Amino acid sequence: MTKMVAATGNEAIAHAMRLAKVDVCSAYPITPATEIMQRFTAFAADGEVQTEVLLAESEHSAMSACIGAAAAGGRVATATSSQGLALMWEMLPIASGQRLPIVMAVCNRAISAPVNIGCDHSDSMGTRDCGWIQLYSENGQEAFDNMLMAFRIAEHPEIRMPVMVCQDGFITSHSIANIQWLEADAAATFVGSYRASNPLLDIQRPASYGQLALSDTYMEYRKAHEATMGKVPGVLREVAAEFKAVSGRAYDLFESYRLEDAEIGIVVLNSAAGTTKDIIDRYRDRGIKAGLLKPRLYRPFPYDEVAQALKHLKALAVLDRSDSFGGSFGPLYLDIAGALSTCAQRPVMINKIFGLGGRDYMPEQGEHVLDELIQIAKGAPVKAAKEYIGVRG
Amino acid sequence: MATPLNLKELSKLEERFAPGHRMCAGCGAPIVVKMVMMAAQHPVVVANATGCLEVSTSIAENTSWNTPWIHTAFENAAATLAGAETMYRSLRKQGRISDDIKFIAFGGDGGTADIGLQSLSGAMERGHDMTYICYDNGAYMNTGIQRSSATPFGADTTTCPVGAQSQGKLQARKDLARIMAAHGIPYVAQASPSHWQDLMTKVRKAMDIKGPKFINIIAPCNRGWRTQMDDAIQLSRLAVETCYWPLFEIENGVTRITSLPREKKPLIDFMKPQGRFKHLFKPGNEEMLAAAQAQVDAAWERLQREQSSPIRHRD
Repeated sequence: MTKMVAATGNEAIAHAMRLAKVDVCSAYPITPATEIMQRFTAFAADGEVQTEVLLAESEHSAMSACIGAAAAGGRVATATSSQGLALMWEMLPIASGQRLPIVMAVCNRAISAPVNIGCDHSDSMGTRDCGWIQLYSENGQEAFDNMLMAFRIAEHPEIRMPVMVCQDGFITSHSIANIQWLEADAAATFVGSYRASNPLLDIQRPASYGQLALSDTYMEYRKAHEATMGKVPGVLREVAAEFKAVSGRAYDLFESYRLEDAEIGIVVLNSAAGTTKDIIDRYRDRGIKAGLLKPRLYRPFPYDEVAQALKHLKALAVLDRSDSFGGSFGPLYLDIAGALSTCAQRPVMINKIFGLGGRDYMPEQGEHVLDELIQIAKGAPVKAAKEYIGVRG
Repeated sequence: MATPLNLKELSKLEERFAPGHRMCAGCGAPIVVKMVMMAAQHPVVVANATGCLEVSTSIAENTSWNTPWIHTAFENAAATLAGAETMYRSLRKQGRISDDIKFIAFGGDGGTADIGLQSLSGAMERGHDMTYICYDNGAYMNTGIQRSSATPFGADTTTCPVGAQSQGKLQARKDLARIMAAHGIPYVAQASPSHWQDLMTKVRKAMDIKGPKFINIIAPCNRGWRTQMDDAIQLSRLAVETCYWPLFEIENGVTRITSLPREKKPLIDFMKPQGRFKHLFKPGNEEMLAAAQAQVDAAWERLQREQSSPIRHRD
């Protein structure tokens, strides 16, 4: 049922959109996500998909059209990066507030100014509180798998929320790697057909979308949103179990790597997790009990499960590829610290900011972090709670 | 079979824009919307830009829209509706829907000529089969009468207020209908609720033409114009008769004036009843009045020239 191919992360996303039989795709070009739409419009031009493609005049309109199309009653997908995601920001809480299961691929890229097209996570982190589900992907394979599973999670009748599938711009979006495709029939069976809920195009039962809610009702809508997001981890695990049956690949809320008996650990998202696993293997060979936690479901954040996986560590470093400037910590660190805050026993935590604007994450950086954690685990004082690494000065 | 455009037959139609909304008494906009929805005939999906019409007709858990309706934000009614129309085409193509549905967007002048111009321009260029209706009351009325690019020359608003050094808005009104015509779309029109048969005929025509259509409709606002509560129709008639708001259509690039005033009344007949122009009638502001008249005269002459020697935007 699977086939191995050499493909970029962007090609993987485009193929997942093809396999999911998206009804409408509305997008606007932006580096490094552009290739996704180039590939997908080629599928449309060759008649390989039934999708109507709407090439909008901005990302704001692209997301607005996704909302209109999803409300109309069909499967919708798009892709963007960086400034494009920032321009969409206004429409993101509207997509989630109207409970529209749009699936969006994000190639993580730095935010201006200075303008930069390299990878960091400032773009999607800036949208983490927009009420969307966010999945992060280490490589093209995970981006492909997450994208297919995203339709199932988004469209689940208990959820009906938009999903962002993030991968590292250029690092994985443009790197050719071995990826196992799902065959079209298996993918179609897995993703299933779209079941519309109160579609605008049902003229017999006219629905009003996007009404005004005053202070007597607004907060109840927000509470309902929160309650729905609470169901996502359970649905994600159900979908992952089905996906494993067709693909052989297992997914959970996050990946634990050599963490069970670890004394020190690193938490990091996306491609840097791959590099870090290699470093951890080398430290394990030297008898050092190091492990890694790579979040996959970042919104809603599985606080309890993450805390259970990390609380036994003596020292923990969270590596953030974005920052909340000025005395605060990176967003991932804040979530991990929040998760562990209710544990009586928890590791000493440090925060490293790395890899901004496409700066490479080199093995030496991870080694320095682990060396520091070894000392902290032995009782050495923390020199800096938060520190930029791989940076001059 | 289309319902004849007479009051007896129209009064029998089911209302798709229901009463009980919270628009101000005497507002021109709901009159315009009611006429449009009555003329539309087909099943329609409506998109609404943020504005008076949207907030006053959709207060949760109520709606005045007895037809599918969507509001998302201020600047994107055209893009939102374009998405819905694209989904309609996708599902029709796949045989998953068989209804014959039309698409109408409503936006005010701020949501259309200012913040929504890019979204509208994009939707028109892409050729979506939809009709965009701008109800033009000449300012941001929903937020409290702030200047828009469609505010007429000389008007007093809360952000271009008359003061010791200022006589209201010093710039001419953006001519949205001409901007839309420049897109080469198959149908552009300007209408007024005072001429309701003309308005409804234009809506009918737009519904029957495939592709993007734009209709600009004047909608008096007694709060912003500082007029009486019962003069919306009278003022919209004066707007036509003074040629401040000429009635015309541009079909496949051919301009046609659809109502020629018997005599072109002076612009002050339209301005005088309105509090927003009151300062212009004080001594010393004669030049402002003359400039306002000159703008209207120039636009009217240009429109007549275009009718007599049409510029075809597309064949």
